[in-house]
Amino acid sequence: MSTTTVDLHGHPVDGEEHPHNPHHQHHFKTMQQQNDAVKIGMWLFLATEVLLFGGLFVGFAMMQNRYPDAFFQAHHHLDKNLGFLNTVVLLVSSFTMVMAVYFSSKGVKEKGKVVAMLLLTILCACIFLGVKYFEYEHKIHEGLLPGKFYSHHGDTVPNQFVFFSFYFMMTGLHGFHILVGIGLLLWITIRANRGEFSGAYNTPVDLVGLYWHLVDLIWIYLFPLLYLIQ
Amino acid sequence: MSEHTTHAHADDADHSGVPEHHGPKNPARTFTITLLCLLALTFVTVGAAKINFGAGNTVIALGIATVKASLVALIFMHLRWDKPVNGILAMSGFLFLGIMLLFCLLDFDTRKDPEPQNLPVKIAAPAIPTQGGTAAPATPAPGGAAPEHH
Amino acid sequence: MADVIASPGVKVGEHGHPINYLTATEDGFLKNVWSWMTTVDHKRIGVMYLASVMAAFGLGGFFALLVRLYLLTPGHELMKGFMDSEAYNRAFTMHGAVMVFLFIIPSVPAALGNFVLPLMLGAKDVAFPRLNLASYYLYVTGALMAVVVLVQGAVDTGWTFYTPYSTTTSGPVTWMTMAAFVLGFSSIFTGINFIATVHKLRAPGMGWFDMPLFVWGIYATAIIQVLATPVLGITLVLLAIERSFQIGIFDSRIGGDPVLFQHFFWFYSHPAVYIMILPGMAIISEIIPTFSRKVIFGYRSIAFSSLAIALISFIVWGHHMFVSGQSQLATVVFSFITFLVAIPSGIKVFNWVATMWRGNISLETPMLYAISFLLLFTIGGLTGIFLGALATDVHLTDTYFVVAHFHYVMMGGTVIAFIGGLHYWWPKMTGRMYNEKLGAIACALIFIGFNVTFMSQFFLGSLGMPRRYANYLQQFQPLHAFSTFGSWILAAGFLLTLGYLWASLRSGARAPANPWGGTTLEWRTQSPPITHNFEDQPIVTEGPYDYRPGKVSA
Repeated sequence: MSTTTVDLHGHPVDGEEHPHNPHHQHHFKTMQQQNDAVKIGMWLFLATEVLLFGGLFVGFAMMQNRYPDAFFQAHHHLDKNLGFLNTVVLLVSSFTMVMAVYFSSKGVKEKGKVVAMLLLTILCACIFLGVKYFEYEHKIHEGLLPGKFYSHHGDTVPNQFVFFSFYFMMTGLHGFHILVGIGLLLWITIRANRGEFSGAYNTPVDLVGLYWHLVDLIWIYLFPLLYLIQ
Repeated sequence: MSEHTTHAHADDADHSGVPEHHGPKNPARTFTITLLCLLALTFVTVGAAKINFGAGNTVIALGIATVKASLVALIFMHLRWDKPVNGILAMSGFLFLGIMLLFCLLDFDTRKDPEPQNLPVKIAAPAIPTQGGTAAPATPAPGGAAPEHH
Repeated sequence: MADVIASPGVKVGEHGHPINYLTATEDGFLKNVWSWMTTVDHKRIGVMYLASVMAAFGLGGFFALLVRLYLLTPGHELMKGFMDSEAYNRAFTMHGAVMVFLFIIPSVPAALGNFVLPLMLGAKDVAFPRLNLASYYLYVTGALMAVVVLVQGAVDTGWTFYTPYSTTTSGPVTWMTMAAFVLGFSSIFTGINFIATVHKLRAPGMGWFDMPLFVWGIYATAIIQVLATPVLGITLVLLAIERSFQIGIFDSRIGGDPVLFQHFFWFYSHPAVYIMILPGMAIISEIIPTFSRKVIFGYRSIAFSSLAIALISFIVWGHHMFVSGQSQLATVVFSFITFLVAIPSGIKVFNWVATMWRGNISLETPMLYAISFLLLFTIGGLTGIFLGALATDVHLTDTYFVVAHFHYVMMGGTVIAFIGGLHYWWPKMTGRMYNEKLGAIACALIFIGFNVTFMSQFFLGSLGMPRRYANYLQQFQPLHAFSTFGSWILAAGFLLTLGYLWASLRSGARAPANPWGGTTLEWRTQSPPITHNFEDQPIVTEGPYDYRPGKVSA
């Protein structure tokens, strides 16, 4: 093994100058290496989210397998139009999010566009939650609640409470992720407004973007499975 | 022992400290077209749900959803321009989820047990006043009410 | 021709005391404590994990001794007034839960792996040091929640939480499952960290096939940690919700399927047992070449076997459910694939033995444990095959045969490897040498105690003694008594080990940088290492196990 001459931070001292990025952590040799590592870490985290939600999807699939009629009957209580609206809203929010990421890499002069796109994303998220609030309110009113709280009358097919157990768990967990997402979006909106992001460093926007797209992706599967069963 | 300065440029192509940004050549255009495709596919999903394809219903619905998910992953999430490792990590989550689903279905679909008979609608629940005013009727399970627990 | 760095001396500060990651402290006791509590140094985090998992082992071991003491005689005679069969159920449940979630899953990756992995890669730290600290605090949180469960009277469901008992019994089941949920996230964060580290923080010149095999093992483990643990998370959440709200997924009285719970549970828990054994195997892959002074036989086979074990482990979980009520086709499929998963493990055992063949073997304590591992893991692995065969499993399942099998692989395998690794890296971590004679004696006690305790249980099981039973027929008592005596020998061995390791911290000889003549990068820096690990960035030009004459500086 041969040695190279480096200083205590691991930067080679051979006269070459690296402008020091304040976000560069010193156990990484370069910002590129750091960004690559952070991306890998984020995708690993997203994989865990896929499997976490996925468990609920598997549970849903197995219970639908067992009670196809109950699930078919139960899903009629869901408003397809509201579900469609929410799908559109989230897709648009994904668009505004990715535009925000793009603008954030263009430099501080574009920060106005970044903030605008992020605010639009937050707006879409709030619309989504608002629609969900109306949907939940309707379900509660009808007694279409999970598990032991189910009190809907007039069911011809039994066991529909299982469908609503999963409906509330899956949309609830998803809604919780949207809430967390709104918090993250607010955080980076404030940072973007302060001019913290540029081509040299826009990792937080990038990562929040990835998180947000995953939340959208989960809904892309939730919508047909819950609302459009046949 | 030879001493020489060696730079291992494993990862950075430039020395300026600015990391590379890969992406579409015309981002605004690419992302807008992708959004329109996603919206169109959403219409298709809803339309397809109105037609009964029999056993193919689930396959078609999930298939369209997968196309939409792929667009989001490849374009919005930049997997198309990223290093391959990220794409592999993304797919592995879905792959193992698929394995879980597949083997569970393998079990459920090949059981030859008789179906459970005489299931009650639900076990006895405490009377919870709903907004509609009527409390939930308690349907006792065979064996008595469920014990209280946390 | 590779250049070899002469063994670096120990850095010494102005006051004459050595400077290393342990002594790089603040003035004042409180400031010192705070610096440890907020550290992002992987070595300090590893040490904190080490202390924690050893405490957990003590707690789990206490429950084990209690269980074995109860089983010394049939009925309640011995423990009357002190413990009844209800308490027995809680004792074996807490033994299992504490050992699995608080000790064995974090043990090698978080305690040893955290310390050694970046050093082996020639890196300054793991990819995400702050995530590492978060992982430790999640562990502590989960551990405290488990203590709360104990205070509330513990749970008696078995560590597997099978429904419908777990959804209907009283007791702090929800607390316990939520503790496991938190511990699961600790495990996930460790896995994410290690994967990113291996991908991006290898020293210049270290390609994938220049990495030590310990790294391959930890990497394969991390894959499982990331992909399997979330499913445990959602399973536990579903269990808690079923308990509280009766949603109808696992409870057959309301149309659920208890076997579905088992599918969900074992989808994680089977890969989890490979989270337990892969790091142990990874340690063996380091110890054997070093103490045979010979390059490892079949480097690529071992590396790929680690990956193969990780991947195949995801498709065999139904072998825990052969008699549970799953379909016959599923049973047959799972049994067949289970035979496949044994192949890469077998490849490793053959390669390790081949490494020793015609090697220059020296029998320091780490090597004694490695050889013990070879014997005990082989027995454990083979008996797993007996259980994977449907015709035999019908008779052996839920008997002591299963208990003996998994103790042979988890304890005879992982714990033995963990202790071996602890001794191997003890000089590096602490800068002290332990007493070799006492090490050999303790190893003998542990080896003998282990076999007395658990070999008898193979016989108990095949004679029909069921597991988790507080009472038994009189005819089983001799074997039970024998097993209990073994547990006392085991306890003596562990206590002796703890004793001389503790003593070495105070009065052990100062360790050189490379006491064993190892070739991997962690031996290139002083013992204990400085905070930044290496004075200069190591650059790798050779493979990891180059024992050719003149190559290694001891």
